[in-house]
Amino acid sequence: MSDALLQIRNLRIEATSYPPGEPPRDVVLVDDVSVSVEKGRVLGLIGESGAGKSTIGLSSMAYGRGGVRLTGGTILLNGRDIRLADARALRALRGREVTYVAQSAAAAFNPAIRLMDQVIEACLAHGVMPRAEAEARAVMLFGKLGLPDPENFGKRYPHQVSGGQLQRAMTAMALCPKPDLVVFDEPTTALDVTTQIEVLAAIKDAIRETGVAALYITHDLAVVAQVADDILVLRHGKRIEHGTTEQIITAPGEPYTQALVSVRSIDHVEKADAPAVLQIQNVTARYRGTHFDVLKNITMDLPAGQTLAVVGESGSGKSTLARVITGLLPPSQGRIRFAGRELAPALAARTRDDLREVQMIYQMADTAMNPRQTVGTIIGRPLEFYFGLRGEAKRKRIQELLDQIEMSKGFIDRYPAELSGGQKQRVCIARALAAKPKLIICDEVTSALDPLVADGILKLLLALQAAEGVAYLFITHDLATVRAIADRIAVMYRGEVRRYGQKTDVLTPPFDDYTDLLLSSVPEMKMGWLEGVLDSRRMEAAGN
Amino acid sequence: MRIPISALIGMFFTAAFFLAAIFAPLIAPFGMAEIVGGVWDPASGTHWFGTDAIGRDLLSRMIYGGQTTIFVASAATMLSFTLGSVLGFSAAVAGGWVDQGLSRMVDLVMAIPALILALVILSVLPVTLTVLILVMGLLDATRVFRLARAVAVDITVMDYVEAARLRGEGWAWIIFREILPNALSPLVAELGLRFIFAVLFISTLSFLGLGVQPPLADWGGIVKENSSGLVYGIPAALIPAFAIAVLAISVNMVADWVLSRTTSLKGGRG
Repeated sequence: MSDALLQIRNLRIEATSYPPGEPPRDVVLVDDVSVSVEKGRVLGLIGESGAGKSTIGLSSMAYGRGGVRLTGGTILLNGRDIRLADARALRALRGREVTYVAQSAAAAFNPAIRLMDQVIEACLAHGVMPRAEAEARAVMLFGKLGLPDPENFGKRYPHQVSGGQLQRAMTAMALCPKPDLVVFDEPTTALDVTTQIEVLAAIKDAIRETGVAALYITHDLAVVAQVADDILVLRHGKRIEHGTTEQIITAPGEPYTQALVSVRSIDHVEKADAPAVLQIQNVTARYRGTHFDVLKNITMDLPAGQTLAVVGESGSGKSTLARVITGLLPPSQGRIRFAGRELAPALAARTRDDLREVQMIYQMADTAMNPRQTVGTIIGRPLEFYFGLRGEAKRKRIQELLDQIEMSKGFIDRYPAELSGGQKQRVCIARALAAKPKLIICDEVTSALDPLVADGILKLLLALQAAEGVAYLFITHDLATVRAIADRIAVMYRGEVRRYGQKTDVLTPPFDDYTDLLLSSVPEMKMGWLEGVLDSRRMEAAGN
Repeated sequence: MRIPISALIGMFFTAAFFLAAIFAPLIAPFGMAEIVGGVWDPASGTHWFGTDAIGRDLLSRMIYGGQTTIFVASAATMLSFTLGSVLGFSAAVAGGWVDQGLSRMVDLVMAIPALILALVILSVLPVTLTVLILVMGLLDATRVFRLARAVAVDITVMDYVEAARLRGEGWAWIIFREILPNALSPLVAELGLRFIFAVLFISTLSFLGLGVQPPLADWGGIVKENSSGLVYGIPAALIPAFAIAVLAISVNMVADWVLSRTTSLKGGRG
């Protein structure tokens, strides 16, 4: 093991938590985890939120986020223990031997400084090379990372380049001082799938060509399978499984890893055609005070009791479509027919039944529930408001609804802050269900959740659809979710419907260019997928 | 839950002041306007704080004065909060022209210094307690409006408010059930501060002679009546000034604690 660049042994990380109304107590974030990275290899750290991935990643430069303490174990970097190193030693090490790529490049760059100055800052601060040489190296890295016009790219400000380009610029920044180790902390999570694949390929090439070692942190096993040589699976700050990428993907040993690998395998057979509950006819919409149509001539139908998935990248107009259907944004043209009647364009003109029968579930369950209301109040209000239920009758119905979302009666007096992410989303589902709707609009309801929790929510939604006959308009950017739940699919791009129809039709070739790009960009959980896709794209491009 | 020592001290003094104000007639050893001694008698067993410029017991004046000051300040604060927060929330929820109209009107009032505006109004209107409360309440409501609107604008963009709108809820539910509970902690902290400003404001007005009218006692008035004594080394005017300071500090210590307590309910972030 003389080759080991970073060797973390029996690491223990603690923090102090301050629960409301209780005395502060110490919590263990990472318990007895050992990590080792050799020169030129990539280790993937994978786990759900709260698994301690980022905390371990940052510990490789002996850094703990606010209040986090590295209390035990050894962190050997290039053979010396840095856990208890003094500030001067750490300063010499950070940004020189170990560099870091954060999840949100947009938040990590200083908007007031040109990219070049930020990219070479670490080089200059550590005296690695003179400015001219650093700039030349940065330009070389820009080129390697596939950034447009590498010579002049550094002259731009962060807001002048796209999110994917910014993420690559940050990778260049991390590679510029010729570090021994780079920590990638979810570098592609905030990007659209079609951008993610480019960034992923750029990062992979850059790692290979510079021969740097890397820690790659992500919650997406399919992504890490493309980049990493080895994978360490973490849960609740403990090590679950460690192995080569091939072994983890093809032959996971632990039940938890098996669940992670098989997470996207809900089988959903599309239903036969049925009369439409929602008909969107030639809808065009724009926001007030703008001169740009966010939706252009949209037409689609949603059969009763079925699921229409609206797929697209950010900015494609998916969420605007939801606002038009709910009446928050009256369309400038077109009509919306619902359950055999025409819906008034504006919210204020709709009847109480119109409102009741169209319900909405949001992406962020946190902000979708009033933090000052109990679960009972949140679910009970629609019952009271639409059906006039009070007292015992209301309480009974709330309990029925809690049963349906597979939560116990004990939750009725809890506040949202006392629920987990998955439980919060379940309560939001119960609130929508309480109104006995014919249509529920689900706006990215699983994208803020961990894969296993999201899986549970999707299964619950399918079960509720079977029981209640409610239709879903399912807005998402995640094609795996679409495969799991949709009967019909509408692919949207820049406010237009690119492809629309039954699920099997939409997902069967021949595709239009955009759908092809979108579908082929979704990471698959097998090794070599990235190269395969890029090769086939290159061949297509050469053939044309 | 443990109450920090500063909040306990604050609560003790605040409670003492309010109790003394409520039970003034029972506690005060002499009548409010009763002349019981000589001019500026020094402190003694019968007159703990001595007597004032015309021989009234200063302790009794202080207790009755506290009653007036605290009553007027409380009433004005209550008025300003009710008016300011309801209008502020409405402006945030309604948006558009309602918001513009209300906000610009408030800007207009705030552009004129409050003390000068109050002096002008009070020199025209008859100076009674009701008029005082109304003037102070209305002027202070502009500041509460600003705060309430700013807080509510942040809350109205939350999904749960949108969910309530989509449910078809009326304004009253959205304002009082969705927004108010979430806006409460900054408002409560502001309440303490506004109350203190009201105490200072009424004292200032009385000191200038346009506030509470003699023979009714109030702290600002007592300072004014006894201020000429300071030249002769008689401390009578300092006692109400000291009382104002103690009340201000203790109310703030309580407000501070309330603020930190309510924000920790939301997960500890302020």
